[in-house]
Amino acid sequence: MTQTHSPSSQVRHGVSTPIVIVGHVDHGKSTLIGRLLYDTDSLPDGRLVQIVESSRKRGLAVEWSFLLDSLQIERDQGVTVDSTRIPFQLNGRDFVIVDAPGHRQFLRNMITGAADAEAAVLVVDAAEGVREQTRRHAMLLRLIGINHVIVLLNKADSIGFDEAKLKQVEGDIRQLLARLEINVNQVIPASARDGDNIATRSEKADWYKGPTLLEALSLIQPPASRHALPFRMPVQDVYRFEGIRYVAGRIERGTVREGDRLVIGGQGQEATVAEVCRWHAPHHPVAGAGESIALRLEPDLVPDRGDLLFPAGDEAAAPQKAARLKTRLFWLRGEPLRVGESFRLRLATAEYDVTVAAIDAVVDLDDLSLSPADEVPPDGFAEITLAVARNILFDPFAPGMPDGRGVLVDRHQKIVGGAPLIGPAALSEGSHAIHPTASGVSDAVRAGLRGHGRAVFWMTGLPGAGKSTIARYAEEALSREGLHVTVLDGDTVRSGLCSDLGFSPEDRRENIRRVAHVARILADAGQIVLVALVSPLVRDRAMAKTIIGEDWHEVFVDTAPELCRSRDPKGLYAQAEEGRIAEFTGVSSAYEPPEQPDVIVPGDGDVARSVRHLTDAVHKAVR
Amino acid sequence: MALEEARTMDGLDQLEAQSIFILREAYRKLKPMALLWSLGKDSNVMVWLARKAFMGHVPFPVMHVDTGKKFPEMYDFRDEYTKKWNLDLVLGDCPPVEEMDPSLPPAARSAARKTVGLANLIDKHKFRGVVAGIRRDEQATRAKERVFSPRGASHQWDVRNQPPEFWDQYATPYEDGMHVRVHPLLAWRELDIWRYIERENIPLVDLYFAKDGKRYRSLGDQDITSPIESNASTVAEVIAELETSRTSERAGRAMDHESEDAFERLRVAGYL
Repeated sequence: MTQTHSPSSQVRHGVSTPIVIVGHVDHGKSTLIGRLLYDTDSLPDGRLVQIVESSRKRGLAVEWSFLLDSLQIERDQGVTVDSTRIPFQLNGRDFVIVDAPGHRQFLRNMITGAADAEAAVLVVDAAEGVREQTRRHAMLLRLIGINHVIVLLNKADSIGFDEAKLKQVEGDIRQLLARLEINVNQVIPASARDGDNIATRSEKADWYKGPTLLEALSLIQPPASRHALPFRMPVQDVYRFEGIRYVAGRIERGTVREGDRLVIGGQGQEATVAEVCRWHAPHHPVAGAGESIALRLEPDLVPDRGDLLFPAGDEAAAPQKAARLKTRLFWLRGEPLRVGESFRLRLATAEYDVTVAAIDAVVDLDDLSLSPADEVPPDGFAEITLAVARNILFDPFAPGMPDGRGVLVDRHQKIVGGAPLIGPAALSEGSHAIHPTASGVSDAVRAGLRGHGRAVFWMTGLPGAGKSTIARYAEEALSREGLHVTVLDGDTVRSGLCSDLGFSPEDRRENIRRVAHVARILADAGQIVLVALVSPLVRDRAMAKTIIGEDWHEVFVDTAPELCRSRDPKGLYAQAEEGRIAEFTGVSSAYEPPEQPDVIVPGDGDVARSVRHLTDAVHKAVR
Repeated sequence: MALEEARTMDGLDQLEAQSIFILREAYRKLKPMALLWSLGKDSNVMVWLARKAFMGHVPFPVMHVDTGKKFPEMYDFRDEYTKKWNLDLVLGDCPPVEEMDPSLPPAARSAARKTVGLANLIDKHKFRGVVAGIRRDEQATRAKERVFSPRGASHQWDVRNQPPEFWDQYATPYEDGMHVRVHPLLAWRELDIWRYIERENIPLVDLYFAKDGKRYRSLGDQDITSPIESNASTVAEVIAELETSRTSERAGRAMDHESEDAFERLRVAGYL
């Protein structure tokens, strides 16, 4: 029924070299890839005909990029939606081209493609020179640790392969890459569309003596062996089959040999390697970097996933240990990153709760300068300090190595950033170091305990608008349904937590900051928080929103100023008008209503209706 | 006596190590999990790699979504190796073709049955991880896939909104109703598969080998898969043939060629 074959041959097959093509949109990445495949005769039969046909249907000349833009939406919109990989051969050596879309919003797709590349081709339009995405992609090549970078000055025909002009652009790019500490292999003037200096030397640039692109690619050295480095294996899992315990993992560097003495993670326990196990492979007592193996340990200890195994008895061969980590960050979330946010840091197979202790500097992509900032914008690059609750073991990030490749995930297990670990962070001078700890209790667990989600409803409005009244009625109604609700209202807070504060703009801001932090703590505990606070300024509410994060809902209690004045439940308007209260909102200082509140609660009609408005919104948010 | 050195890894060793790593990640992070066994060469390699990862065991169910239209040789193969490899086989069936989207071309409509059969099986067993043997080099839309590809409650592939995936860190969403398609063979090419089959001596259904000048290069349902002209009757001969071939592997799969976007539509809806 089935065929069996002769014993396996001893032929060893080559290892593919992944190369990523990056560069600003429309600088010609896809065209270059089409040309590479064509010039290396890597297109399957029929593919060329298909492309000619697809191009003709859309009224275009031969569009090489259709080779890659394989999805209907990509062909129709003329953009590459996601990265893709195409193998090709050059003089018997296997390469894989990784195509990364140049559009800004697709940064995460580009990282997905580029992160495991050994070399990059940075495509720069010779006439346009360095553009925003050129800088962005170059920055990324540095952060993901690409060893070899070849610069292709594409469309050089558009400036007639003019030596002086091309040297000028080359100078700019070399300067940019030098600032990023990126080594440049070659800078090649070329035209991908016409094939100049891709596979064949161009006659149009006789002044250029360097290699063509294909020559430059074949010059890329394979990565150095990691066997000589001290051994590291992060434990991936522990299995027990037929009474035998296997400690499974992939060796990141170095080698391990039966009889070796290893330290297991931060606990410092030691064990000896009793056996290097593989299934359906001849027994070999040694394993090296890159191999996925299983170890039998003596004594038969049970390490945890994430424990780093490393050589015992050699200080110099041990990883670093720190609880505060300096990292270079590339930020992938659509929302800015702020100090105080908590994440899971994934480091190989380990996971740690971390808090952003400081944003040390943010990169300005216009001139690559570093400057202090309160937040890291979406798709931004920065240097940040992460605080962990205990010491962790790590090796600092280095290009082309698996060490220190930190990744941040949010509480929904979404990857929100790359955080290559640079080293232990020094405590900043002159300020008391904070060592925030993060909770190990997940949102899902909290929601399960409470039976509902969490939320902060920040109710803003004029004095006398009815905020506290509505909040207190809503608190009662929701509590009767079994929901866990807390109200933080202005006067109550000011009688205790904020009794040291007055009503100056600075004090009001501080009042709001404190209330926002309390609201956040309560929300983190799984509560629904109703904040009733005048909070008159857009700027101050934006600060509160930053502190509270994604649980924030802005509620505008919309009551006509005349009505508030006539209600005057605390007699404050009267006193303010007599000049006995300075800086009273609505009288002597401004109230800025929210421009786009999440909820508008009318405050001048029936109270029960206003309360229902609010409780409906709460139900929707915490389901 | 000189100590033995660690071996230098070749391309197949690297692919194997990476696939083992992926399978172990999936098994650890996605429970319950199952592996899709189509009985074809790629999914046999995948079962083999699972045995490599788990020291000769496959510690999760193996699913066969049965269209009822496979070749008889394939059913025989399934029964034989379920026993030999000690597999926990889970079977699922497919609804009739009349219930499929009538706007799809005929062969794609036939293939869509499998999508529905698979979705039913996943929902019934509440699998959070589904291991599938697709490869990037097979088909252009598969080239866009992630190793861990999250699917919403309706099993849709949201190609415009794929999670970032780098440094061997994979998306593991926890929301109810979601599952993750795991693709341990994504980086393998057709030739790698055959060279690995040769090296490891992995058994295959013999439809892959030439009889009377024809063999199957890719195996789907009987009515929508056609054989190619070939005299390759051993693994070595198939490898030699592929080393010089210039046509694509899925050329014999009708649904890939009916219209420009038929395969993309199938995949977005949850096809493999």
